[in-house]
Formats: sequence, C-alpha cells, structure tokens
Amino acid sequence: MITLTINGKKHQLDVAPEMPLLWALRDVLNMTGTKYGCGMSLCGACTVHLDGEPTRSCTLPVSAAKNKSVTTIEGLSEQGDHPVQQAWQDLNVPQCGYCQSGQMMSAAALLAKNASPSDGDIDSAMQGNICRCGTYPRIREAIHQAAKKQSAS
Amino acid sequence: MNYFEQINQTDAEYLQEQLKQRNDLFNVSRRSFLRNLGIGTGSLVLGLQLPAVSAVPMKWADKPAADNVFSPSVYLKIAKDNTVTVIVHRSEMGQGIRTSLPMIVADELEVDWNNIAVEQALGDSKYGSQNTDGSRSVRRFFTPLREAAASARTMLTQAAAKKWKVAVNECVAKNSFIVHSNSNRKLSFGELVDDAMDLEVPKKESLSFKSPEQFNFINQDKQVALVDGKDIAMGNTSFGIDIQREGMKVAVIARPPVIASKVKSFDATEAKKVKGVVDIVQLDNMTEPPFFKPLGGIAVIADNTWAATEARKKLKITWDWSEHREHSSKKQKQALKESSKTASNVLRNKGDTTAALGNTKQRIHAEYYTPALIHAPMEPPMATAEFKDGIMHVWACTQTPQSSQRTVSQMTGIEPDKVKIYVTLLGGGFGRKSKPDFLVEAAILAKKQGYPVKVIWTREDEVQHGYYHAESYQQLTAAIDDQKVTAWQHHVAEPPIGSTFNAKAKHITSEANLGLIDMPYNIPNVRCASGEADAHHRIGWLRSVTNVNHIFAAGSFVDELAHHLNKDPKDFLLEMIGDDRHIDLSEQAEYGNYGEDIKQYPIDTARLKGVIRKAAENSGWDNKRKDNHFMGISAHRSFASYVATVVEVSKTKDNKVKLENIWMVSDSGTVVNLERVRSQMEGAAIFGISIVKYGEITSENGMVEQSNFHNYRVARITDVPNIHVDVLINNEPPGGVGEPGVPPIAPAICNAIFAATGKRFRELPLYQQNIFAS
Repeated sequence: MITLTINGKKHQLDVAPEMPLLWALRDVLNMTGTKYGCGMSLCGACTVHLDGEPTRSCTLPVSAAKNKSVTTIEGLSEQGDHPVQQAWQDLNVPQCGYCQSGQMMSAAALLAKNASPSDGDIDSAMQGNICRCGTYPRIREAIHQAAKKQSAS
Repeated sequence: MNYFEQINQTDAEYLQEQLKQRNDLFNVSRRSFLRNLGIGTGSLVLGLQLPAVSAVPMKWADKPAADNVFSPSVYLKIAKDNTVTVIVHRSEMGQGIRTSLPMIVADELEVDWNNIAVEQALGDSKYGSQNTDGSRSVRRFFTPLREAAASARTMLTQAAAKKWKVAVNECVAKNSFIVHSNSNRKLSFGELVDDAMDLEVPKKESLSFKSPEQFNFINQDKQVALVDGKDIAMGNTSFGIDIQREGMKVAVIARPPVIASKVKSFDATEAKKVKGVVDIVQLDNMTEPPFFKPLGGIAVIADNTWAATEARKKLKITWDWSEHREHSSKKQKQALKESSKTASNVLRNKGDTTAALGNTKQRIHAEYYTPALIHAPMEPPMATAEFKDGIMHVWACTQTPQSSQRTVSQMTGIEPDKVKIYVTLLGGGFGRKSKPDFLVEAAILAKKQGYPVKVIWTREDEVQHGYYHAESYQQLTAAIDDQKVTAWQHHVAEPPIGSTFNAKAKHITSEANLGLIDMPYNIPNVRCASGEADAHHRIGWLRSVTNVNHIFAAGSFVDELAHHLNKDPKDFLLEMIGDDRHIDLSEQAEYGNYGEDIKQYPIDTARLKGVIRKAAENSGWDNKRKDNHFMGISAHRSFASYVATVVEVSKTKDNKVKLENIWMVSDSGTVVNLERVRSQMEGAAIFGISIVKYGEITSENGMVEQSNFHNYRVARITDVPNIHVDVLINNEPPGGVGEPGVPPIAPAICNAIFAATGKRFRELPLYQQNIFAS
C-alpha cells in the first residue's frame, strides 16, 4: 500500500511502486484530467505539481510521490477560476484541449514563481509542453493576462 | 447575385434543383408520429433531410463503403424551458465545431446563446455525413442547418400569430421570443412548443432567411466562449482515453513492425508474470489491402495501462515477414525519382508542353522531395468497447462514427444496428482518426473476452502503425520565352491513398485535385502527370493531404521562376495568375473541386489575388524592409478557400535565419465563427512549421524508424514566431477552414529563406540543414 496526497486528500493505493503516477491517477483513482501523450517526459500532457514543482507524471514512479503533495488539474482550483484557468477560458486558448491540462499546470507553476514573466520566460517554462493544434500564441497571451490578473488581486 | 440573395430567391429552377437533392423537412415531433414511435412529446423536434453530398476523397471513400450514401437528418430540439438543443453530428477535434454548428442554428433561429445546449450525435446515417474531414462541416451543413432553424422559427412564429390572432408577418423572432411589436406582446419559444408541434413543417420554398445585416454571429467579429471551454479548463472532459466502464480491462497490442507480416510464434511466459496481466490474445493476421482492418499481432490485456505496456515489452514474438520487409526510404526515394521522370499518367493537359519545353531557349527544372509524415495528435487513437446483451457499444475519439459502425459490424459479424458508436472529444485528429481500425480492435477484444476493453495506443504505436502521408518526389519544368512562362510541367510520384483500399493501385487519383491539376497560373502549355509508386505502409490522409507536398513544390518553383526572371515574387505571382476569371479546367482535366459544384465554388482568380494583395499589404511587403529581414510569399486555394502567407525571417551573421513573423490572410467566404477561423489559421501556420522543420517518417527493413517526440519532432512554443491572421469576410458560400491554412506555409518559409540566404531548399524537413538560428 502506498499513501499519496493528491489535491489535499489522502489516497491508499495497492499498486506496483514503479507504476508511473500518471497511470495511478488515471487507471486506479479515475482522475482523468491528467493526460497521456508520450510516456517519456517529452510532451508535458501529464504535468502535475509535486510540492509545487511542475513534474511529468508519466515517468514519475508513484513511490517517488510518497510524502509529497500532488496537485492535478482537478485540484488547481475548486471552481475553475485559477487565474490561468480563467485566462484560458477568456481567450479561448484550447483547440482540441487535450494538452491543455498540462499546459495550464506548467503555466500555473511558472506564475507561482515569476509573477510577471517575459515572453522568453514563458518560452523556456513552456517548451516542454507540446500542443499539436498550435495554440502557442494564445498560451503566451493567456499567461500574460493571468499574470496581470494575479498581480491585481 | 450574392449567395444570400440566391438562397432567398424563389426562383423555380433553383428550388427544383434543391429539391432534387433534398427531401422536405419533416416534423418528427408531430404527436401521432411520436406516439407511434413511443416517444414522449415534450419538445419540438425538427429533422431535416440533407443533401446527398460527396465526400472529398470520394474515390477513396466509396471503396471501403464510406459516407457516400446519405439518408440523413440533423435534429434540433426545443424544450418547454426554452432550451434549444443542437445535436452536433460532427466530431470535435479542435476546430470548434461543437460551438460553431450551434451558432448557425442560434443565429438563424434567433436563440439567446444562453439557451443553447449541445448534444453529441451517435453514429447514424440519418444525420448525413459525419465523416469529419475534408474541411467540410460548415461548408456542407451551413445551409441545411439554416433551413432547419428557419423552419423552426417559421413554425414558432405561426404558433404565436395563431394564439394572438394576428397576421404572421407582424410577428418576429428575437432572442428566444416571438414578439408582436404592435401590441407589445411576446411569448418565449418554450411557451410555444406545444402549439408549434401541431403545425405542418413549412414548404422549403416558403422559407425566408435572415439577410446578412441581420446576423448575430455569422460574419460578425464576436467571440463566443467555447462550449467545452470550462470543462477543458478544469480537466473535466471526456476524450477517447478517458472512458471508464465497470469491469473494464486495458489492452495494448504488439502489432507487426512490418505491415502484413504474420505472427509465426510467440512466447508470453514472462509477460504473464507481470502483476495485473489478465490475458494474452493473438489477433487475426491482416491481409492486404489494409482498408480499416486491424493490423493483427498479440494483445496484452491487463488491469491497468502500466501492467499492459510492461508485459508487452516481455513478449517474445517471431514474425513471418511480408514482402514489405524489403522497403527502405532510401530505395523508395530513388524509385520515385525515376518514375516521376517520365510520369506516364497524364492528369491535366493543355497545349503541347513537350514541344514547348523542347523548343524553348530557357528551360528551368527543379526537383523536390518531401518525406512521409504521421499525424501525431496529442491523443493517440483510443477506443473502449463493451458487448452487452447483443449490442456492441464503442466509445472512441473517431472522426467518422458511421464508417466505424460499418467496419466494426463487418469485422465482428454484429448487425450494424446493434453497433453503437459514441463519439468522445478528440485530442486532435488531423485525419488519423478517420480510420476506424482502432475501434475494431477494441470491439473484437470486447466480444471475445466478454468484458469491456479499452485499447490504448501508445505514442510509439501511433507513430509506427499509422496511415501515413506519403513521401513524394516531384519534378517541375518550365519554359521561359520573352520573359514569359510558356510551359509548366509538374510530375509527381507518390504512393497513392488508393493503395490502402486496392493492392493494385499505383497512381494517385483524387490527390491530383489537391494542388497539382488546379495550378492557377495562366500558362499556354501545361502538363501534370503522375508516375507509379508502390506503397509499403498504409497510406492515409493528413491535414490538407497532398496539397502539402504539391504546394511546397509548386509554390517554391514559382518563386524560383520569379528569381530567374528577376521579378518581385509577389508581383510575379499576381502576373502569373493573370486576369480576373473563373478558371475552367473542364477541357484539360477531371477536376473534383473538393466535391463542390464549380459554379457555386469557382476557382476565382480575383479572390486568390485578393488574399495575396492583402497579405502583402499587412506585411508591408512593398515597403523598405528592416535590416537583415527578408520575406517569402505563397498562396493557394484549397477546400474552396483562399489563403496567402507572407513569412518574414531575419538573418544572423553566420547566414542562418530566424522566423520573425507570419502573416496569414484567408478568404473562406461566409464565416460562422470568426474567432475559431482565426485559431485554425494560427494552428495551420504552426502545423506548417512542424512540416518544414521536423516532420519526417523514414523506414528501414520495412519498419518505421521514428517512435516518439524525440525523433518525430513537432513544433514547440520556441519554434513559433508572431502570427498575424486576417480573415477576409464576404457573402460567398462558406469554404473550408481547418486545412487551407497549411499548404502555403512550407513554400513561404522556404522562399523567405532563399531571399535571405540564397539557399534553395527543395527537400523537407530542414532540421538537419543547420539553417535555423537557435
């Protein structure tokens, strides 16, 4: 049994310790907001926060998440009103939407550290997240907007 | 006469033509009808018969019994609580269709947007084509949905007029109400449902439509929040991969690394030891041609994805290789070069190109090569099947629920009406998910195992077992006499999509319509032809299909000619296109025009020049350029829309380039959801950047060499310059949107690189050319 703290709640899991957190979330806990895209930490679709750090859950064994706090897209806010989630909706950022959980988790982690990132800061924080639909220009814009909203509040 | 005048007119001939194509609307909510069906009568349900429309890749599609038979209906439901439910029968894969189709209804019917609800349709031929590819959703369903909405509006208005005992023409629909302004009375749609339900559906010729100045959404610059926007923001959506069923197991499949190879023997001893593995199942071998059949191989079924993929690694499989084991991309390129030299299969002929090329003083020749590509949607193919009480239920991220239904039925022996296809959201499609092989795998396993099975395709599976955009070798030759281009010869050799459905197919067919025979330049001698090409993978269609490679070559070559003639590339493009006219190819080629009537959707040179001029204006093409900044241009009509692109690069001291700006100008006629059209153009530019910089599938010993995003790279945020989109709006009928933005990107980038560095790149991709500054 492994105990994980996800979005502030403790969960007991009977899984192989090397199972990646992604599949524990999706297949065992039925939390499907975190997406699979590559299984090799190449695309960022599976990004969650591990003690606040953006982390690719597709290669992180569940055993490595023990005693740490995991935040997934479902836990970013109660009502979907985190400044990043709000900006994503205001600007109609998503196209298919599949990668956007990971994009928003990377963006939220960036803004937690850097309240007003430059385009360069955004590019380097977001370059691990692929969007095949090509929403990158709006992701940049939305991060700027979320930064403004965050600093105003 | 503009398009709207055309559909408003009561011209007998026009209506007759329309009626030939369409049956009348029928009110399926009439009480007696519903009683007979045992359906409740709580809401006004309007069905409409849709035109029998041909699919874009008709020649490809009709062989695997695809969507060319139509006995369709699309439904609106109006409930007493004023909710207007639009049943969206097309698949959402990022183009915004679950928002845009309801906007058509909301506009014509005058629905308060807050009262709109969306339901996703099951796969059912009553809806008409559900095959969501070919940039057709708005193009084909704009008018039918407006007719349905106008009928509903008419009936609600009649119901109100009857109630108030006033003339119908004194009542108008406004924002989910019928209003009688003379007496200041109004009734909500919901309040009128009961009365409207008993009325006859109006005859089509009696319908009136909104005029352009009355539109709320259509052709307006008004952003509407995406129907699924909040759910996406909260991770609350249901994609193909997200389906969970009670008692469900997860399967991954070890498919033959070389297509049509067979399992000779396998040893699953080690695989079975992995905790969570439930069963190992050998699938039937695939016999060519592939159609949408599963590829065969060994399925590993487990409690969860991790156990399944770990166990799959431990399978020991000995393959009985097919003849495709001999295939390598290097050999293939050489073969295509040879066959494109002579290109015996003439697809367009005008004048005498051979003579003109023989007699000219200046003969320009260039050869282009583009590699195979794979779709790489962020969500690979995913399907979940459950066989219960004789019904096969399949949930999947499919672009084409009807051919999924048929194929699942054929491959499992279950009657089509006992196969239910539920369309989830698609995490990208790009054409991959219009091939239902992955649904069949799930259905076969679910039927065999007796419990629900989700088949997961890993990224590696997606990259190595796809339906590939084919590699293409192209030879272009032109004659120049007296500073004019007098002959244009475009030869191509590329494995045809037809080979997926017919093992003997060696020449392109419908692909020729896409950027080859529709060459718009006014040249007296033209020859477009194909050479034979063997396929060694399943060949499919990918966003913009062969427009991608044909326009890379043709759009680069015309730029080469401009430089040969020492002319400005933009001015030269306009000169080559020539006078304003509708291009008539009827005596030169069999042109498909994306399945559209050439009278309604002509090849209009004025519109093509229009987007070029606008792109030049927006980019400041004619102005003095910034130091070390250079531009390239390209334009193309595809899917009945026109797009021009100007790319600006800056040059570094070591003769490398950096993408600085991309200007896109599109003209797709009437626009339903302008903001989503812009987003499609942004995405198309970036899809094009992926193709130019990175996209390359190669094979050795018949096996695909790439496997994941480290060696099949796609554009990241760091690859993307400023993108400026300008959508021209007019009252022409709606053209396609999802695809037309892609084709001009590759030539525009390469033309800009040439302007900057003098290096002409005739092969893609460019990542190994060391040309981009990091």
